[in-house]
Amino acid sequence: MITTSKAGSHFISYSINKTKQLTTKMMKFKKSILPLLITAFALASCGGNNSQKEGNQDSDENSNGILGAGATFPYPFYSKVFDIYNKEKGIKVNYQSIGSGGGIKQLQNKTVDFGASDAPMSDEELSKSPAPIVHIPTCLGAVIITCNLPGDPVLKFTPEVLANIFLGKVKKWNDPNIASLNPNVKLPDLAISIIHRSDGSGTTYIFSDYLSKVSAEWNAKPGKGKSLNWPAGLGAKGNEGVSGLIKQTPGSIGYVELVYALQNKMPAAQLKNKAGNFVAATLQSSSAAANIDLPADMRVSLTNTDDADGYPICSFTYLLLYKDQKYNNRTEASAKATVDLVNYVIHDGQKYAELLGYAPLPDAAVKKAEAILKSVTYGDKTLQ
Amino acid sequence: MIPAITFKNNGINFKEKAFKKTLTLSAIVAVIILIAIFFTLLVNSFPSLKALGAGFFYDKTWDPVADEYGALPFLVGTLLTSFLALLISTPFSIAVSIFLGEYYKKGIVAETFKNVIDLLAGIPSVIYGFWGLFVLVPIVRIIEIKLNVPPYGVGIITSSIILAIMILPFSVSLSRQVISMVPDHLKEAAYSLGATRFEVITKIIIPYTKSGLFAGLLLALGRALGETMAVTMLIGNTHSIPTGIFSPGNTMASVIANEFSEATGKIYTSALIEMGLFLFVVATVINIIGKQIIKRFTL
Amino acid sequence: MNDSKSEIEKQIAHRNRKNKRFKGVIIAATIISTLPLLFILFYIFRQGISAINWQFLTHLPKPVGEAGGGVSNALVGSILILLVSCIIAIPVGIVIGIYLSEETKSRLAYYCRLAVDVLQGIPSIVIGIIIYEWIVRPMGGFSAFSGSVALALIMLPSIIKSTEETLKLLPESLKEASLALGVPYYKTMLKIIVPTGLSGILTGVILSISRVIGETAPLLFTAFGSPFMTTDIFKPMSSLSLIIFNYATSPYEDWHQLAWGASMLLILMILILNIISKIVQSKWKVQF
Repeated sequence: MITTSKAGSHFISYSINKTKQLTTKMMKFKKSILPLLITAFALASCGGNNSQKEGNQDSDENSNGILGAGATFPYPFYSKVFDIYNKEKGIKVNYQSIGSGGGIKQLQNKTVDFGASDAPMSDEELSKSPAPIVHIPTCLGAVIITCNLPGDPVLKFTPEVLANIFLGKVKKWNDPNIASLNPNVKLPDLAISIIHRSDGSGTTYIFSDYLSKVSAEWNAKPGKGKSLNWPAGLGAKGNEGVSGLIKQTPGSIGYVELVYALQNKMPAAQLKNKAGNFVAATLQSSSAAANIDLPADMRVSLTNTDDADGYPICSFTYLLLYKDQKYNNRTEASAKATVDLVNYVIHDGQKYAELLGYAPLPDAAVKKAEAILKSVTYGDKTLQ
Repeated sequence: MIPAITFKNNGINFKEKAFKKTLTLSAIVAVIILIAIFFTLLVNSFPSLKALGAGFFYDKTWDPVADEYGALPFLVGTLLTSFLALLISTPFSIAVSIFLGEYYKKGIVAETFKNVIDLLAGIPSVIYGFWGLFVLVPIVRIIEIKLNVPPYGVGIITSSIILAIMILPFSVSLSRQVISMVPDHLKEAAYSLGATRFEVITKIIIPYTKSGLFAGLLLALGRALGETMAVTMLIGNTHSIPTGIFSPGNTMASVIANEFSEATGKIYTSALIEMGLFLFVVATVINIIGKQIIKRFTL
Repeated sequence: MNDSKSEIEKQIAHRNRKNKRFKGVIIAATIISTLPLLFILFYIFRQGISAINWQFLTHLPKPVGEAGGGVSNALVGSILILLVSCIIAIPVGIVIGIYLSEETKSRLAYYCRLAVDVLQGIPSIVIGIIIYEWIVRPMGGFSAFSGSVALALIMLPSIIKSTEETLKLLPESLKEASLALGVPYYKTMLKIIVPTGLSGILTGVILSISRVIGETAPLLFTAFGSPFMTTDIFKPMSSLSLIIFNYATSPYEDWHQLAWGASMLLILMILILNIISKIVQSKWKVQF
């Protein structure tokens, strides 16, 4: 309380002195922190300014950076190709592998320049999109079945047995159904732990598409899709998560893209294809699976292929673009950069596919892809 | 109170008014932000609220292919993991609160353990998940193999254990305070009658601080319900109702984290946001109840 | 007489034993509770130490499956996102904290306090959803900025609360002395009251920073992540927490190594922040 007594005035002078000391201390502190904050902020906005200097109004589209998201299936391939593209052309491509479902959704929300999906968009998904979307295949991949068993044996499966395993009807490894197909393998008395995808996945789509074709029971329920109501099993995120979990869980079985098994030295099972041959997933058997008539929009299913040497669970993987690139604040430069990138991937980028274990596009597919790319426009101008 | 008297000097008058207005405005902004959050969640949940209604909560099939969204498995998973975590951590949290609030209130031992508990609270969730994946999961796997259960390693029990560790500091910080605030005369009266320390704790302190301890547990529960990253990495991500503590499951928060960036279709996205709304409401209710108890207790 | 005396003695001895045992149980339980922390810190340091080298700190991540690579972009990203969220949250938080410490009776203060309490309890994943709808979609893209806004929302309640608590503890006489001397209200607050409470306010700020530096969930669909080094806050950006999440769940051994190194970096940063806050608390504290 303020009093006029001596104590009061002493107190007031004490307070004033103390606060003077503190304010000077604080000023010193301010002096050191403030310039730091300013420089940091300047740096940050400088980054933003750069994009403006290159003549773009919007801050998220920038011809020096392309943003894509989607499938984890081709992620090793894309990550290599985009790295090379950055080294050769100086353009940064930021690809986030969030799953095919994510790629489709973010493209529909127009938050990315391109999407990526192994599952071609369904008619329903296309009709729900704000504008027409084209599919450009970039390579061929195989979905393989891998297991964690002692000795890492290469197992043989028939479609029926595989479906029954994933339906949860075959529960143990030493089940006679599996043993009869693999007489030379010592199968342990261990429960089968199924590992599937927890996110919306094109790999799941490809696998369930195959299972729906070979098993009526699977077709009825759960059917085919990017996110399924799995009868049994654990979920992991991305091809990365599934392979990671399988590696650590004894007795587990799951489906991953071939490259993930190769990179992590996991065994890939041989499957009995439609023609009755047990085929392993190789570049040749993947390419053989694509030996069919390809539709113009390239939305096609390659599973359960008729080809005698084809591996039965193969698929193209696609980059997704809007047919008309003129939307939101998209500049022509951005659109051209995106189209140029896709063009690179289907031509020069193909040599990296084989190195990594993906089958390059067959010539027929490349021709169809080029035609689709030519149809991508910016307003009324073509970009190729 | 912000004083009503201002000075007639025009320059200062303007600055005075501006300052006071800024203060009031900022408070309004806080309230607006909260209301906006609630409305965004509500409005974006409308499509699924309309299409699915109450069935959302007792339908046990989550099938995006068939456009069927029953969140019961996730509700069960959330409740199971949170309550299990609470169960595991409560004895420890009460023990630590007694340790810090009664036995070692000051001194180097108290400081050390206080810092340790604070550090536990500071470790990010994703690091808990990472550590759990590489240390806890193999241990649980070994136990599961011994118990002849599928050796997933991940599952309800693993995520509950990690959750228990994560929420311990939250209940401890509150419980410790209320225990140390028990009036001395109550304790001394008991001691003077010959009570041992154990008896003072169990018969005087605990009953006295009952509601404070309960509030601490509530706050810990609220934290556990919304915890996302560690749980996502350790729960197994299965869309079915967990059948036991060793089976995998899913919680609402981890489903949102897994599927939000790829939910296509209005109802799918809306269903996920509806779960977010549910989490928001439940966390808010628990939070408010907890704070009310604390207020009544400290008054 | 002798019998009843030994009865009582027996009882007392029994109660004393219970007392001692109880204390032992409490101490044991406390030590057990602290074990996880020691395990975690020990494990992270052991794994992380081998991962941290110059290449780790200065290189960008390599394509999938290739050895080497570093987390330089994630480190820069974490710091940058944090910096922007501080710029957003600190001024706003302090101002609201000042308001709440001054106004205790008005309706607005009541609702504001309620709002802050509720905001504190919102799960961070829900904040991520909100920011996706508010900023990412209208902006047409992911950006570090949206991540910063999300983190700012999470930081806000703790900054507000610690500011409010600190300022409430200051004696009224300080403010009244200043007002009595004719210092305008706004100058009183800004130049006397706030600086006096600076240690408490700063402690709150530093603690809230250490809390959000490891947040992952709100960044999942806002900052999104990037394999490149970028300082443009309106583009996607990586962060240490994001790469720990992505690398930990992958099957690649070198990614696991990177994740351990990143975890250790994060923990070091949190430890340093905590130590700084303790120093600030003790050295700058104004005693009344």
